[in-house]
Amino acid sequence: MSTDIDTARAAALLDEAPLTNATLFRFATAGSVDDGKSTLVGRLLHDSKAILADQLDAVARTSADRGFGGSAGGIDLALLTDGLRAEREQGITIDVAYRYFATDRRSFILADCPGHVQYTKNTVTGASTADAVVVLIDARKGVLEQTRRHLSVLQLLRVAHVIVAVNKIDLVDFSESVFREIEADVQKVGRELGLGSDGITDLLVVPVSALDGDNVVERSERTPWYSGPALLEVLETLPAADELESHLESFRFPVQLVIRPQGALAPDAVAGGLNPEEYRDYRAYAGQITEGSVKVGDKVSVLTPGQDPRTTTVTGIDFAGSSLEEAAAPQSVAIRLADEFDVARGDTIAAAGTVRESSADLYAALCWLSPKPLREGAKVLVKHGTRTVQALVRSVSGKLDLATFNLEGASSLELNDIGHAQLRLAAPLPLENYLHHRRTGAFLVIDPLDGNTLAAGLVKDHPGDHEDERYSI
Amino acid sequence: MSTQITNEDLELSVLEADATETPTAAARLSSLDTLESEAIHIIREVVAEFEKPALLFSGGKDSVVMLHLATKAFWPGKVPFPVLHVDTGHNFPEVIDFRDRTVERLGLKLVVGSVQEFIDRGELAERADGTRNPLQTIPLLDAIQSNKFDAVFGGGRRDEDKARAKERILSLRDEFGQWDPRNQRPELWNLYNGRHTVGQHVRAFPISNWTELDVWRYIERENIELPGLYYAHEREVFARDGMWRAVGEVSQPRDNEEVITKTVRYRTVGDMSCTGAVESAAATVRDVVIEVAASTITERGATRADDRISEAAMEDRKKDGYF
Repeated sequence: MSTDIDTARAAALLDEAPLTNATLFRFATAGSVDDGKSTLVGRLLHDSKAILADQLDAVARTSADRGFGGSAGGIDLALLTDGLRAEREQGITIDVAYRYFATDRRSFILADCPGHVQYTKNTVTGASTADAVVVLIDARKGVLEQTRRHLSVLQLLRVAHVIVAVNKIDLVDFSESVFREIEADVQKVGRELGLGSDGITDLLVVPVSALDGDNVVERSERTPWYSGPALLEVLETLPAADELESHLESFRFPVQLVIRPQGALAPDAVAGGLNPEEYRDYRAYAGQITEGSVKVGDKVSVLTPGQDPRTTTVTGIDFAGSSLEEAAAPQSVAIRLADEFDVARGDTIAAAGTVRESSADLYAALCWLSPKPLREGAKVLVKHGTRTVQALVRSVSGKLDLATFNLEGASSLELNDIGHAQLRLAAPLPLENYLHHRRTGAFLVIDPLDGNTLAAGLVKDHPGDHEDERYSI
Repeated sequence: MSTQITNEDLELSVLEADATETPTAAARLSSLDTLESEAIHIIREVVAEFEKPALLFSGGKDSVVMLHLATKAFWPGKVPFPVLHVDTGHNFPEVIDFRDRTVERLGLKLVVGSVQEFIDRGELAERADGTRNPLQTIPLLDAIQSNKFDAVFGGGRRDEDKARAKERILSLRDEFGQWDPRNQRPELWNLYNGRHTVGQHVRAFPISNWTELDVWRYIERENIELPGLYYAHEREVFARDGMWRAVGEVSQPRDNEEVITKTVRYRTVGDMSCTGAVESAAATVRDVVIEVAASTITERGATRADDRISEAAMEDRKKDGYF
């Protein structure tokens, strides 16, 4: 009835510095149900005290109803992450579930991606926003075809950090030789894919027991041969993708809308002392920086489809009444420019001279996410940045065998396939290679009939351009 | 980032990652700033891509935070959409007063959907348990339809409930306002797909990724005003269903329920007939932040009788078109 106060936890969370400095880190988990993924997620939440008492009560009741007798106090930790009625009834996870927990160093957003059904769809979705992905392997089974598929998808999506958790290490008697063998297999697959050796991604392997908690939050004494950090320590210290990319000179800013109040100012802003006269001709471009950083005085190019890039200077970076000298991804701001160009939603503001010419020919890898197959000749919509254009599927040039990493001939793509296609766009777009630009190299394929999302698209270089070998699969 | 990582490398690489954290702008961005930027991006996307959005505004803390984010997203311009309130007729009077003052201060248009009017017209029947929360769905859908709103912002968060954990940021509702959790569009990168056909609408949840503690820390940081009943005050209450209920016109104790005066506060402000208070001495926003951080009971479990009906209570209501 009254709130229970756990003072130790409050003290840990509320120590002033961590509260204001804690950064956000997004990660996803991938693996099949049998690898104990839900148990690992439950363990992370449980041991970092992110599970609140009434959730635990509900789970304990259900565990008892089903006669769950495992360790972890007789609680089936997997139940914590199964959100929908059908999932609990069938004991499977259907859809990506988002979970939240915090330590004194970081706040975490966890996308828990089911492995069994539609694993490509779920892994692609979860990985698209993730700074890191944890892939589970059952220590008794080692690297399976599914592991190869997961790693292949993660390499394609250019996830910055891939952590392979070798789970159920307790069931192989904490054997170092079993772990070393799996570790070597993982690194071998990584080398075949370029994962961990391309300068963009890294690949770590950690032995864990999700059921008992070994090396999940605390380092385990039962794996004395493992001197590396526990999984949570890894997640707490890896740099987030935005941190890794913020040093780049590649400022990118898709314009969402133009803020031009023309005298219709917010009454609370006026009441707060804003002088309407000064804002009579106010015009700023609102958006979220997708990559890099920008300073007042920087030279930028405005990219409008069908027009030559126009170069101008940033005269102001505004955010809700504050003027900033500098801003970086992923900040949402409003940018003012020196010249009164006609700039609109769908245009992109970029560091001057860093973007190649817009193109209406789109070569891409497509992760097909719809039960409706892709056929050559189909008319679709492409959403890139803040612009949506019509497109024609000219050709499908192959389908990736995720287990062997070979490209096979194909003329259509089905649900969960990843393939290559060429599209012709109704208007040119400032397309960039996904390998180097995770946001401006990404797009959605949308069905014009029912509006559903058909595919996740990754822009490739045009044939004949310098094609990066790491991206050639 | 070598190909063959040994354990020593692993340990080293983590230490290095720690040591090489450069003080770039992105590295300095706190989790709260990141969440704020994400929410503002979503609010601007919806305004840019939809004909007629509206914001659900109850005077509750999540909707107050949503409105605050909207003012920041369009500064120095006005918030370019109306607010929509579904009034159960059992609201706390101080919350209605707060709602009206806020709308006035920001120069917004307020659209009210009234549960009472539906009951008076015989289009809704009072439930046996007196709870009006589940009755909000029909007036909500009616207000959306009659005002032709094609996008409705809500303050729903994924940490609130198991079903909400699976909710998309832009979530499609069919012609009947229904949510189909098994058939949701995948949501990739920060590219939101809001396409819909005539009759369908989209619910937008810009603070999906916030936790209750994030919301309170943001209220503290931004100095956001809330209705007074979020802070500790003395109130006549009685115990029912394991929570403290306020004595009021629509919330009367039964003969065996003793009325006492306690120092309480509310963690959510919904319908008076089903929202309970918690005993608390947290009189300031700082006190509340500390209390929330230390609390071991989630907010809905602690104070919402309607979510205790069954394990899938929220999922069932959401499928029918609830917030």
